[in-house]
Amino acid sequence: MPPLPSGSADHSGRADHTHQHGGSAGSGSSGGFPGRGLAKGLAVTLRTMTRRSVTHQYPDAQPELPPRSRGVIALLEENCTVCMLCARECPDWCIYIDSHKETLPAVDPNARARTRNVLDRFAIDFSLCMYCGICIEVCPFDALFWSPEFEYAETDIHELTHEREKLREWMWTVPPPPALDPSAEEPKEIAAARKAADKLAAAEAAAAAMPPGEEPTL
Amino acid sequence: MITALEALLRCLAVLVVFLTFPLVIGQTEHKVMAHMQGRLGPMYAGGFHGWAQLVADGVKFAQKEDIVPAGADRRVFQLAPAVALLPYLLVLIAIPVGPGGFVGQALDAGLFFVLAVMGVGVLGSLMAGWASANKFSLLGGIRSAAQLLAYELPMLLAAASVAMAAGSVSLTGILGAFHWWWVPWQIVGGFVFFTAGLAELQRPPFDMPVADSEIIFGAYTEYTGLRFALFLLSEYAGILVLCALTAVLFLGGWHGPLSADLGWLWTLLKTFALAFVVIWLRVTYPRLREDQLMRFAWIVLIPLALAQLALTGIVKVVIS
Repeated sequence: MPPLPSGSADHSGRADHTHQHGGSAGSGSSGGFPGRGLAKGLAVTLRTMTRRSVTHQYPDAQPELPPRSRGVIALLEENCTVCMLCARECPDWCIYIDSHKETLPAVDPNARARTRNVLDRFAIDFSLCMYCGICIEVCPFDALFWSPEFEYAETDIHELTHEREKLREWMWTVPPPPALDPSAEEPKEIAAARKAADKLAAAEAAAAAMPPGEEPTL
Repeated sequence: MITALEALLRCLAVLVVFLTFPLVIGQTEHKVMAHMQGRLGPMYAGGFHGWAQLVADGVKFAQKEDIVPAGADRRVFQLAPAVALLPYLLVLIAIPVGPGGFVGQALDAGLFFVLAVMGVGVLGSLMAGWASANKFSLLGGIRSAAQLLAYELPMLLAAASVAMAAGSVSLTGILGAFHWWWVPWQIVGGFVFFTAGLAELQRPPFDMPVADSEIIFGAYTEYTGLRFALFLLSEYAGILVLCALTAVLFLGGWHGPLSADLGWLWTLLKTFALAFVVIWLRVTYPRLREDQLMRFAWIVLIPLALAQLALTGIVKVVIS
Protein backbone atom coordinates (compact mmCIF):
# COMPACT_ATOMS: atom_id res chain seq x y z
CA MET A 1 0.00 0.00 0.00
CA PRO A 2 1.51 3.36 -0.95
CA PRO A 3 1.74 5.44 2.21
CA LEU A 4 -0.31 8.57 2.51
CA PRO A 5 2.10 11.48 2.64
CA SER A 6 1.41 13.12 5.98
CA GLY A 7 0.20 10.10 7.89
CA SER A 8 3.20 7.99 7.16
CA ALA A 9 5.59 10.82 7.94
CA ASP A 10 3.96 11.24 11.33
CA HIS A 11 4.30 7.60 12.09
CA SER A 12 7.87 7.09 11.12
CA GLY A 13 8.62 10.08 13.33
CA ARG A 14 6.81 8.55 16.27
CA ALA A 15 8.33 5.16 15.77
CA ASP A 16 11.77 6.72 15.75
CA HIS A 17 11.04 8.44 18.98
CA THR A 18 10.14 5.20 20.70
CA HIS A 19 13.14 3.56 19.10
CA GLN A 20 15.34 5.45 21.51
CA HIS A 21 13.40 4.21 24.52
CA GLY A 22 12.11 0.84 23.56
CA GLY A 23 14.99 -0.33 21.44
CA SER A 24 12.83 -1.53 18.55
CA ALA A 25 14.42 -3.30 15.64
CA GLY A 26 15.18 -1.47 12.43
CA SER A 27 17.34 1.48 11.66
CA GLY A 28 16.48 4.86 10.23
CA SER A 29 13.07 6.09 9.19
CA SER A 30 13.32 6.52 5.43
CA GLY A 31 13.51 3.77 2.89
CA GLY A 32 12.29 0.23 3.28
CA PHE A 33 9.04 -1.11 1.95
CA PRO A 34 6.06 1.20 1.53
CA GLY A 35 3.89 1.43 4.61
CA ARG A 36 6.84 0.73 6.88
CA GLY A 37 5.91 3.64 9.12
CA LEU A 38 2.38 2.30 9.40
CA ALA A 39 3.69 -1.11 10.46
CA LYS A 40 5.97 0.52 13.00
CA GLY A 41 3.01 2.36 14.46
CA LEU A 42 1.16 -0.91 14.89
CA ALA A 43 4.21 -2.43 16.55
CA VAL A 44 4.41 0.42 19.03
CA THR A 45 0.81 0.03 20.20
CA LEU A 46 1.11 -3.75 20.37
CA ARG A 47 4.29 -3.53 22.40
CA THR A 48 2.69 -1.04 24.78
CA MET A 49 -0.21 -3.44 25.29
CA THR A 50 2.10 -6.22 26.45
CA ARG A 51 3.80 -3.97 28.99
CA ARG A 52 2.50 -3.21 32.45
CA SER A 53 0.27 -0.16 32.45
CA VAL A 54 1.45 2.90 34.31
CA THR A 55 -1.88 3.58 36.03
CA HIS A 56 -1.75 4.05 39.80
CA GLN A 57 -4.96 2.76 41.30
CA TYR A 58 -4.96 5.52 43.86
CA PRO A 59 -7.98 5.10 46.12
CA ASP A 60 -7.33 1.35 46.23
CA ALA A 61 -3.57 1.61 46.57
CA GLN A 62 -1.81 4.45 48.34
CA PRO A 63 0.80 6.27 46.28
CA GLU A 64 4.44 5.93 47.23
CA LEU A 65 5.34 9.54 47.84
CA PRO A 66 8.91 10.78 48.11
CA PRO A 67 9.84 11.76 51.68
CA ARG A 68 10.07 15.44 50.80
CA SER A 69 6.55 15.63 49.37
CA ARG A 70 4.77 18.88 50.09
CA GLY A 71 1.46 17.50 51.24
CA VAL A 72 0.48 19.59 54.25
CA ILE A 73 2.17 21.76 56.84
CA ALA A 74 2.36 20.26 60.32
CA LEU A 75 2.95 22.20 63.53
CA LEU A 76 5.01 21.03 66.48
CA GLU A 77 3.48 23.54 68.85
CA GLU A 78 5.82 22.64 71.72
CA ASN A 79 8.59 24.30 69.74
CA CYS A 80 6.61 27.40 68.78
CA THR A 81 7.63 30.62 70.54
CA VAL A 82 5.05 32.83 68.80
CA CYS A 83 7.81 34.78 67.11
CA MET A 84 5.36 35.43 64.23
CA LEU A 85 8.05 35.04 61.59
CA CYS A 86 6.02 32.49 59.68
CA ALA A 87 2.89 34.62 59.66
CA ARG A 88 4.82 37.66 58.47
CA GLU A 89 6.76 35.87 55.77
CA CYS A 90 3.74 34.05 54.37
CA PRO A 91 3.20 35.54 50.89
CA ASP A 92 -0.55 35.09 50.98
CA TRP A 93 -1.12 35.69 54.66
CA CYS A 94 -2.75 32.40 55.36
CA ILE A 95 -1.32 31.79 58.83
CA TYR A 96 -3.33 33.09 61.79
CA ILE A 97 -1.64 33.33 65.18
CA ASP A 98 -3.16 34.58 68.45
CA SER A 99 -1.18 34.64 71.69
CA HIS A 100 -0.88 36.29 75.05
CA LYS A 101 1.94 36.87 77.52
CA GLU A 102 2.15 35.08 80.81
CA THR A 103 4.25 36.32 83.70
CA LEU A 104 6.34 33.71 85.44
CA PRO A 105 7.08 34.45 89.11
CA ALA A 106 10.74 35.23 89.79
CA VAL A 107 12.82 32.26 90.92
CA ASP A 108 15.14 34.44 92.93
CA PRO A 109 13.92 37.30 95.19
CA ASN A 110 16.58 39.51 93.57
CA ALA A 111 15.48 38.76 90.03
CA ARG A 112 12.57 40.26 88.19
CA ALA A 113 9.58 38.30 86.96
CA ARG A 114 9.94 36.83 83.45
CA THR A 115 7.29 36.89 80.71
CA ARG A 116 6.71 34.20 78.20
CA ASN A 117 4.52 33.90 75.08
CA VAL A 118 1.66 31.42 75.14
CA LEU A 119 0.12 30.24 71.88
CA ASP A 120 -3.68 30.62 71.80
CA ARG A 121 -4.41 29.96 68.18
CA PHE A 122 -2.37 28.72 65.26
CA ALA A 123 -4.33 28.14 62.06
CA ILE A 124 -3.39 27.75 58.41
CA ASP A 125 -5.93 28.42 55.70
CA PHE A 126 -5.08 25.78 53.10
CA SER A 127 -7.48 27.34 50.63
CA LEU A 128 -5.04 30.27 50.45
CA CYS A 129 -1.78 28.43 51.06
CA MET A 130 0.31 28.01 47.92
CA TYR A 131 2.63 25.43 49.44
CA CYS A 132 5.72 27.60 48.94
CA GLY A 133 7.19 26.36 52.22
CA ILE A 134 8.61 29.76 53.21
CA CYS A 135 7.07 29.44 56.71
CA ILE A 136 8.89 26.16 57.21
CA GLU A 137 12.16 27.59 55.92
CA VAL A 138 11.91 30.66 58.09
CA CYS A 139 10.93 29.01 61.40
CA PRO A 140 14.00 29.32 63.64
CA PHE A 141 12.70 26.86 66.25
CA ASP A 142 11.81 23.88 64.04
CA ALA A 143 8.10 24.13 64.78
CA LEU A 144 6.82 23.70 61.22
CA PHE A 145 7.36 20.66 59.00
CA TRP A 146 6.26 19.30 55.64
CA SER A 147 4.09 16.20 55.85
CA PRO A 148 3.33 14.04 52.81
CA GLU A 149 -0.28 13.68 53.99
CA PHE A 150 -2.56 14.95 51.21
CA GLU A 151 -6.05 13.55 51.79
CA TYR A 152 -7.69 16.52 53.49
CA ALA A 153 -10.16 17.67 50.86
CA GLU A 154 -13.30 19.31 52.22
CA THR A 155 -16.67 20.08 50.70
CA ASP A 156 -16.68 23.63 52.06
CA ILE A 157 -13.85 26.06 51.50
CA HIS A 158 -14.17 27.39 55.07
CA GLU A 159 -13.34 23.98 56.45
CA LEU A 160 -9.90 24.18 54.87
CA THR A 161 -8.74 26.49 57.68
CA HIS A 162 -7.14 23.97 59.99
CA GLU A 163 -6.51 24.78 63.65
CA ARG A 164 -3.57 23.83 65.83
CA GLU A 165 -5.00 20.51 67.01
CA LYS A 166 -5.26 19.27 63.45
CA LEU A 167 -1.84 20.69 62.56
CA ARG A 168 -0.37 18.96 65.60
CA GLU A 169 -1.94 15.65 64.57
CA TRP A 170 -0.26 15.92 61.19
CA MET A 171 3.06 16.00 63.03
CA TRP A 172 2.74 12.21 63.42
CA THR A 173 2.80 11.80 59.65
CA VAL A 174 6.05 13.74 59.22
CA PRO A 175 8.76 11.32 58.10
CA PRO A 176 12.07 11.27 59.98
CA PRO A 177 14.72 13.52 58.42
CA PRO A 178 16.90 11.86 55.81
CA ALA A 179 20.09 10.30 57.10
CA LEU A 180 23.29 12.28 56.80
CA ASP A 181 25.83 11.51 54.10
CA PRO A 182 28.32 8.83 55.19
CA SER A 183 31.24 11.24 55.57
CA ALA A 184 29.24 14.25 56.67
CA GLU A 185 30.15 16.35 59.67
CA GLU A 186 28.50 15.28 62.91
CA PRO A 187 25.39 17.21 63.89
CA LYS A 188 26.26 19.99 66.37
CA GLU A 189 24.13 18.59 69.21
CA ILE A 190 25.74 15.21 69.00
CA ALA A 191 29.24 16.68 68.72
CA ALA A 192 28.70 18.76 71.86
CA ALA A 193 27.27 15.82 73.77
CA ARG A 194 30.12 13.57 72.70
CA LYS A 195 32.68 16.19 73.79
CA ALA A 196 31.13 16.41 77.27
CA ALA A 197 30.95 12.62 77.57
CA ASP A 198 34.58 12.23 76.50
CA LYS A 199 35.68 14.78 79.06
CA LEU A 200 33.79 12.99 81.81
CA ALA A 201 35.21 9.63 80.84
CA ALA A 202 38.75 11.02 80.79
CA ALA A 203 38.31 12.50 84.29
CA GLU A 204 36.96 9.21 85.63
CA ALA A 205 39.80 7.29 84.04
CA ALA A 206 42.32 9.67 85.59
CA ALA A 207 40.67 9.25 89.02
CA ALA A 208 40.76 5.47 88.72
CA ALA A 209 44.41 5.42 87.61
CA MET A 210 45.48 7.43 90.70
CA PRO A 211 46.79 5.16 93.56
CA PRO A 212 44.41 5.19 96.54
CA GLY A 213 45.27 7.43 99.52
CA GLU A 214 47.34 9.77 97.39
CA GLU A 215 45.99 13.23 96.94
CA PRO A 216 45.57 14.21 93.34
CA THR A 217 47.94 16.97 92.47
CA LEU A 218 45.94 19.80 91.04
CA MET B 1 -45.30 -25.97 12.82
CA ILE B 2 -41.86 -27.37 13.52
CA THR B 3 -40.28 -25.21 10.82
CA ALA B 4 -41.97 -22.10 12.14
CA LEU B 5 -40.71 -22.86 15.63
CA GLU B 6 -37.24 -23.52 14.31
CA ALA B 7 -37.23 -20.26 12.35
CA LEU B 8 -38.33 -18.45 15.50
CA LEU B 9 -35.58 -20.07 17.53
CA ARG B 10 -32.99 -19.19 14.91
CA CYS B 11 -34.14 -15.57 14.88
CA LEU B 12 -34.02 -15.51 18.66
CA ALA B 13 -30.47 -16.87 18.65
CA VAL B 14 -29.42 -14.24 16.13
CA LEU B 15 -31.05 -11.56 18.28
CA VAL B 16 -29.14 -12.74 21.34
CA VAL B 17 -25.88 -12.68 19.40
CA PHE B 18 -26.78 -9.25 18.09
CA LEU B 19 -27.36 -7.92 21.59
CA THR B 20 -24.34 -9.46 23.30
CA PHE B 21 -21.46 -9.66 20.83
CA PRO B 22 -21.29 -5.92 20.08
CA LEU B 23 -21.05 -5.36 23.83
CA VAL B 24 -18.22 -7.89 24.05
CA ILE B 25 -16.43 -6.05 21.26
CA GLY B 26 -17.09 -2.72 22.97
CA GLN B 27 -15.70 -3.97 26.26
CA THR B 28 -12.70 -5.42 24.45
CA GLU B 29 -12.17 -2.04 22.87
CA HIS B 30 -12.28 -0.37 26.30
CA LYS B 31 -9.62 -2.69 27.68
CA VAL B 32 -7.41 -3.14 24.62
CA MET B 33 -7.36 0.57 23.89
CA ALA B 34 -6.52 1.32 27.51
CA HIS B 35 -3.64 -1.14 27.63
CA MET B 36 -2.29 0.01 24.29
CA GLN B 37 -2.13 3.48 25.83
CA GLY B 38 -0.54 2.26 29.04
CA ARG B 39 -3.77 2.63 31.03
CA LEU B 40 -6.04 0.12 32.74
CA GLY B 41 -9.44 1.15 31.43
CA PRO B 42 -12.63 0.57 33.42
CA MET B 43 -11.89 -1.23 36.69
CA TYR B 44 -14.93 -0.80 38.93
CA ALA B 45 -18.24 -1.59 37.21
CA GLY B 46 -19.21 -5.17 37.96
CA GLY B 47 -16.30 -5.83 40.28
CA PHE B 48 -13.87 -7.78 38.12
CA HIS B 49 -11.88 -5.46 35.84
CA GLY B 50 -14.94 -3.41 35.00
CA TRP B 51 -16.61 -6.14 32.95
CA ALA B 52 -20.02 -4.48 33.37
CA GLN B 53 -18.92 -1.03 32.22
CA LEU B 54 -21.09 -1.10 29.11
CA VAL B 55 -24.09 -2.25 31.13
CA ALA B 56 -23.55 0.73 33.41
CA ASP B 57 -23.24 2.97 30.35
CA GLY B 58 -26.49 1.56 29.01
CA VAL B 59 -28.27 2.27 32.29
CA LYS B 60 -26.92 5.80 32.21
CA PHE B 61 -28.05 6.37 28.63
CA ALA B 62 -31.50 5.00 29.41
CA GLN B 63 -31.89 7.51 32.25
CA LYS B 64 -31.08 10.53 30.11
CA GLU B 65 -33.68 12.77 28.57
CA ASP B 66 -34.53 12.08 24.94
CA ILE B 67 -34.37 15.50 23.31
CA VAL B 68 -35.54 16.35 19.81
CA PRO B 69 -34.36 19.79 18.68
CA ALA B 70 -37.13 22.30 17.97
CA GLY B 71 -36.19 22.77 14.31
CA ALA B 72 -35.64 19.09 13.63
CA ASP B 73 -37.64 16.93 11.29
CA ARG B 74 -39.13 14.96 14.19
CA ARG B 75 -40.18 11.76 12.48
CA VAL B 76 -36.95 11.29 10.52
CA PHE B 77 -34.84 12.32 13.50
CA GLN B 78 -36.46 9.72 15.71
CA LEU B 79 -36.37 7.01 13.10
CA ALA B 80 -32.69 7.40 12.18
CA PRO B 81 -31.15 5.27 15.00
CA ALA B 82 -33.37 2.33 14.07
CA VAL B 83 -32.39 2.67 10.41
CA ALA B 84 -28.75 2.69 11.45
CA LEU B 85 -29.00 -0.32 13.72
CA LEU B 86 -31.50 -2.78 12.23
CA PRO B 87 -29.71 -3.53 8.93
CA TYR B 88 -26.87 -5.11 10.89
CA LEU B 89 -29.35 -7.39 12.63
CA LEU B 90 -30.70 -8.46 9.24
CA VAL B 91 -27.20 -9.06 7.89
CA LEU B 92 -26.36 -11.20 10.89
CA ILE B 93 -29.19 -13.58 10.00
CA ALA B 94 -27.52 -14.45 6.70
CA ILE B 95 -23.97 -15.03 7.95
CA PRO B 96 -23.06 -18.72 8.18
CA VAL B 97 -21.35 -19.65 11.43
CA GLY B 98 -20.70 -23.38 11.04
CA PRO B 99 -21.14 -26.17 8.51
CA GLY B 100 -24.43 -28.02 8.13
CA GLY B 101 -26.99 -25.22 8.32
CA PHE B 102 -25.47 -23.38 11.28
CA VAL B 103 -26.83 -20.09 9.98
CA GLY B 104 -29.81 -17.90 10.82
CA GLN B 105 -31.24 -18.23 7.34
CA ALA B 106 -29.24 -19.44 4.35
CA LEU B 107 -29.98 -17.26 1.32
CA ASP B 108 -29.21 -18.09 -2.31
CA ALA B 109 -28.16 -14.53 -3.05
CA GLY B 110 -26.59 -14.11 0.38
CA LEU B 111 -23.72 -11.93 -0.75
CA PHE B 112 -26.03 -9.52 -2.57
CA PHE B 113 -28.39 -9.41 0.38
CA VAL B 114 -25.62 -8.77 2.88
CA LEU B 115 -23.94 -5.98 0.91
CA ALA B 116 -27.19 -4.29 -0.05
CA VAL B 117 -28.52 -4.29 3.50
CA MET B 118 -25.22 -3.12 4.96
CA GLY B 119 -25.40 -0.12 2.65
CA VAL B 120 -28.74 0.79 4.20
CA GLY B 121 -27.10 1.20 7.59
CA VAL B 122 -25.30 4.32 6.41
CA LEU B 123 -28.66 5.85 5.54
CA GLY B 124 -29.22 6.13 9.29
CA SER B 125 -26.44 8.67 9.71
CA LEU B 126 -27.56 10.46 6.54
CA MET B 127 -31.07 10.77 7.95
CA ALA B 128 -29.71 11.88 11.31
CA GLY B 129 -27.49 14.51 9.68
CA TRP B 130 -30.30 15.90 7.55
CA ALA B 131 -33.04 15.84 10.16
CA SER B 132 -31.08 17.42 13.02
CA ALA B 133 -31.31 20.98 11.61
CA ASN B 134 -27.73 21.53 12.68
CA LYS B 135 -24.94 22.55 10.34
CA PHE B 136 -22.41 20.24 11.97
CA SER B 137 -24.82 17.33 11.72
CA LEU B 138 -25.44 18.17 8.09
CA LEU B 139 -21.71 18.29 7.38
CA GLY B 140 -21.28 14.95 9.09
CA GLY B 141 -24.16 13.47 7.12
CA ILE B 142 -22.74 14.72 3.84
CA ARG B 143 -19.33 13.33 4.72
CA SER B 144 -21.01 10.00 5.48
CA ALA B 145 -22.66 10.10 2.06
CA ALA B 146 -19.41 10.90 0.29
CA GLN B 147 -17.65 8.16 2.17
CA LEU B 148 -20.37 5.65 1.38
CA LEU B 149 -20.21 6.49 -2.32
CA ALA B 150 -16.43 6.23 -2.40
CA TYR B 151 -16.05 3.02 -0.42
CA GLU B 152 -19.05 0.98 -1.49
CA LEU B 153 -17.48 0.45 -4.90
CA PRO B 154 -14.17 -1.17 -3.84
CA MET B 155 -16.07 -3.21 -1.27
CA LEU B 156 -18.42 -4.58 -3.93
CA LEU B 157 -15.57 -5.25 -6.34
CA ALA B 158 -13.62 -7.15 -3.69
CA ALA B 159 -16.68 -9.19 -2.78
CA ALA B 160 -17.34 -9.84 -6.47
CA SER B 161 -13.86 -11.29 -6.76
CA VAL B 162 -14.66 -13.90 -4.13
CA ALA B 163 -18.01 -14.65 -5.72
CA MET B 164 -16.23 -15.12 -9.03
CA ALA B 165 -13.69 -17.47 -7.48
CA ALA B 166 -16.41 -19.59 -5.90
CA GLY B 167 -18.84 -19.32 -8.78
CA SER B 168 -21.59 -18.57 -6.29
CA VAL B 169 -23.15 -15.60 -4.54
CA SER B 170 -24.48 -17.69 -1.67
CA LEU B 171 -22.37 -17.31 1.45
CA THR B 172 -22.64 -20.98 2.32
CA GLY B 173 -21.83 -21.79 -1.31
CA ILE B 174 -18.71 -19.63 -1.18
CA LEU B 175 -17.59 -21.37 2.00
CA GLY B 176 -18.35 -24.75 0.48
CA ALA B 177 -16.02 -24.02 -2.43
CA PHE B 178 -13.25 -22.64 -0.19
CA HIS B 179 -9.72 -24.02 -0.31
CA TRP B 180 -6.85 -22.88 1.88
CA TRP B 181 -4.95 -21.34 -1.06
CA TRP B 182 -7.79 -18.89 -1.52
CA VAL B 183 -6.38 -16.90 1.34
CA PRO B 184 -3.14 -15.85 -0.46
CA TRP B 185 -5.04 -15.69 -3.75
CA GLN B 186 -7.66 -13.27 -2.42
CA ILE B 187 -5.49 -11.47 0.10
CA VAL B 188 -5.55 -8.14 -1.74
CA GLY B 189 -9.30 -8.37 -2.10
CA GLY B 190 -9.54 -9.11 1.62
CA PHE B 191 -7.48 -6.04 2.43
CA VAL B 192 -9.64 -3.86 0.19
CA PHE B 193 -12.87 -5.29 1.60
CA PHE B 194 -11.80 -4.88 5.22
CA THR B 195 -10.48 -1.35 4.71
CA ALA B 196 -13.51 -0.23 2.76
CA GLY B 197 -15.72 -1.79 5.43
CA LEU B 198 -13.89 0.17 8.11
CA ALA B 199 -14.53 3.33 6.14
CA GLU B 200 -18.21 2.48 5.77
CA LEU B 201 -18.49 1.97 9.51
CA GLN B 202 -16.77 5.34 10.01
CA ARG B 203 -14.20 3.74 12.27
CA PRO B 204 -10.89 5.48 12.88
CA PRO B 205 -8.75 6.23 10.89
CA PHE B 206 -11.72 6.84 8.57
CA ASP B 207 -13.93 8.66 11.07
CA MET B 208 -14.22 12.07 9.40
CA PRO B 209 -18.03 11.97 9.53
CA VAL B 210 -17.83 12.11 13.33
CA ALA B 211 -14.51 14.00 13.59
CA ASP B 212 -15.03 15.48 17.04
CA SER B 213 -12.34 18.13 16.69
CA GLU B 214 -13.91 19.48 13.50
CA ILE B 215 -17.67 18.91 13.52
CA ILE B 216 -18.47 18.00 17.14
CA PHE B 217 -19.92 14.52 16.62
CA GLY B 218 -21.11 14.77 13.04
CA ALA B 219 -24.56 13.46 12.37
CA TYR B 220 -25.03 12.36 15.99
CA THR B 221 -24.40 15.79 17.52
CA GLU B 222 -28.03 16.43 18.49
CA TYR B 223 -28.76 12.95 19.81
CA THR B 224 -29.14 12.16 23.49
CA GLY B 225 -30.00 9.26 25.70
CA LEU B 226 -31.12 5.96 24.27
CA ARG B 227 -31.12 7.06 20.63
CA PHE B 228 -27.50 8.09 20.92
CA ALA B 229 -26.72 4.74 22.55
CA LEU B 230 -28.38 3.00 19.60
CA PHE B 231 -26.05 4.81 17.20
CA LEU B 232 -23.06 3.71 19.27
CA LEU B 233 -24.40 0.17 19.37
CA SER B 234 -24.82 0.21 15.61
CA GLU B 235 -21.13 1.04 15.26
CA TYR B 236 -20.15 -2.04 17.25
CA ALA B 237 -22.75 -4.22 15.57
CA GLY B 238 -21.22 -2.99 12.32
CA ILE B 239 -17.77 -4.12 13.47
CA LEU B 240 -19.19 -7.54 14.28
CA VAL B 241 -20.86 -7.84 10.88
CA LEU B 242 -17.84 -6.56 8.96
CA CYS B 243 -15.44 -8.88 10.77
CA ALA B 244 -17.74 -11.88 10.39
CA LEU B 245 -18.17 -11.14 6.67
CA THR B 246 -14.44 -10.71 6.11
CA ALA B 247 -13.83 -13.96 7.96
CA VAL B 248 -16.42 -15.76 5.88
CA LEU B 249 -15.43 -14.34 2.50
CA PHE B 250 -11.65 -14.14 2.75
CA LEU B 251 -10.45 -16.24 5.70
CA GLY B 252 -12.48 -19.34 5.11
CA GLY B 253 -15.10 -18.94 7.84
CA TRP B 254 -15.56 -22.29 9.56
CA HIS B 255 -12.65 -23.98 7.73
CA GLY B 256 -9.81 -25.08 9.95
CA PRO B 257 -8.69 -28.17 11.89
CA LEU B 258 -11.66 -30.19 13.23
CA SER B 259 -14.01 -27.98 11.25
CA ALA B 260 -16.74 -30.63 11.28
CA ASP B 261 -17.25 -30.23 15.04
CA LEU B 262 -15.64 -26.91 15.86
CA GLY B 263 -16.49 -24.93 12.73
CA TRP B 264 -18.45 -22.33 14.67
CA LEU B 265 -15.46 -21.80 16.95
CA TRP B 266 -13.23 -21.07 13.98
CA THR B 267 -15.71 -18.51 12.66
CA LEU B 268 -15.87 -16.85 16.06
CA LEU B 269 -12.09 -16.87 16.47
CA LYS B 270 -11.51 -15.30 13.08
CA THR B 271 -14.25 -12.74 13.70
CA PHE B 272 -12.83 -11.67 17.03
CA ALA B 273 -9.26 -11.62 15.74
CA LEU B 274 -10.42 -9.20 13.05
CA ALA B 275 -12.35 -7.17 15.63
CA PHE B 276 -9.10 -6.88 17.56
CA VAL B 277 -7.43 -5.56 14.41
CA VAL B 278 -10.21 -2.98 14.06
CA ILE B 279 -9.53 -1.77 17.59
CA TRP B 280 -5.79 -1.90 17.06
CA LEU B 281 -6.06 0.29 13.97
CA ARG B 282 -8.18 2.77 15.88
CA VAL B 283 -5.59 3.10 18.62
CA THR B 284 -2.63 3.35 16.27
CA TYR B 285 -3.58 5.70 13.46
CA PRO B 286 -4.69 9.32 13.49
CA ARG B 287 -7.71 10.40 11.49
CA LEU B 288 -7.20 10.98 7.79
CA ARG B 289 -8.19 14.25 6.21
CA GLU B 290 -11.29 14.28 4.06
CA ASP B 291 -9.29 14.67 0.82
CA GLN B 292 -6.84 11.93 1.85
CA LEU B 293 -9.80 9.67 2.45
CA MET B 294 -11.18 10.27 -1.03
CA ARG B 295 -7.76 9.92 -2.64
CA PHE B 296 -7.20 6.66 -0.83
CA ALA B 297 -10.51 5.23 -2.03
CA TRP B 298 -10.25 6.28 -5.66
CA ILE B 299 -6.57 5.88 -6.45
CA VAL B 300 -5.60 3.03 -4.13
CA LEU B 301 -8.51 0.80 -3.20
CA ILE B 302 -10.45 0.78 -6.45
CA PRO B 303 -7.41 -0.03 -8.67
CA LEU B 304 -6.40 -2.70 -6.16
CA ALA B 305 -9.88 -4.19 -6.23
CA LEU B 306 -9.91 -4.16 -10.02
CA ALA B 307 -6.48 -5.80 -10.11
CA GLN B 308 -7.72 -8.49 -7.74
CA LEU B 309 -10.77 -9.03 -9.94
CA ALA B 310 -8.51 -9.44 -12.98
CA LEU B 311 -6.22 -11.83 -11.09
CA THR B 312 -9.18 -13.89 -9.95
CA GLY B 313 -10.49 -14.09 -13.51
CA ILE B 314 -7.11 -15.14 -14.90
CA VAL B 315 -6.50 -17.80 -12.27
CA LYS B 316 -10.07 -19.05 -12.68
CA VAL B 317 -9.61 -19.45 -16.44
CA VAL B 318 -6.21 -21.13 -16.00
CA ILE B 319 -7.36 -23.75 -13.48
CA SER B 320 -10.64 -24.64 -15.19
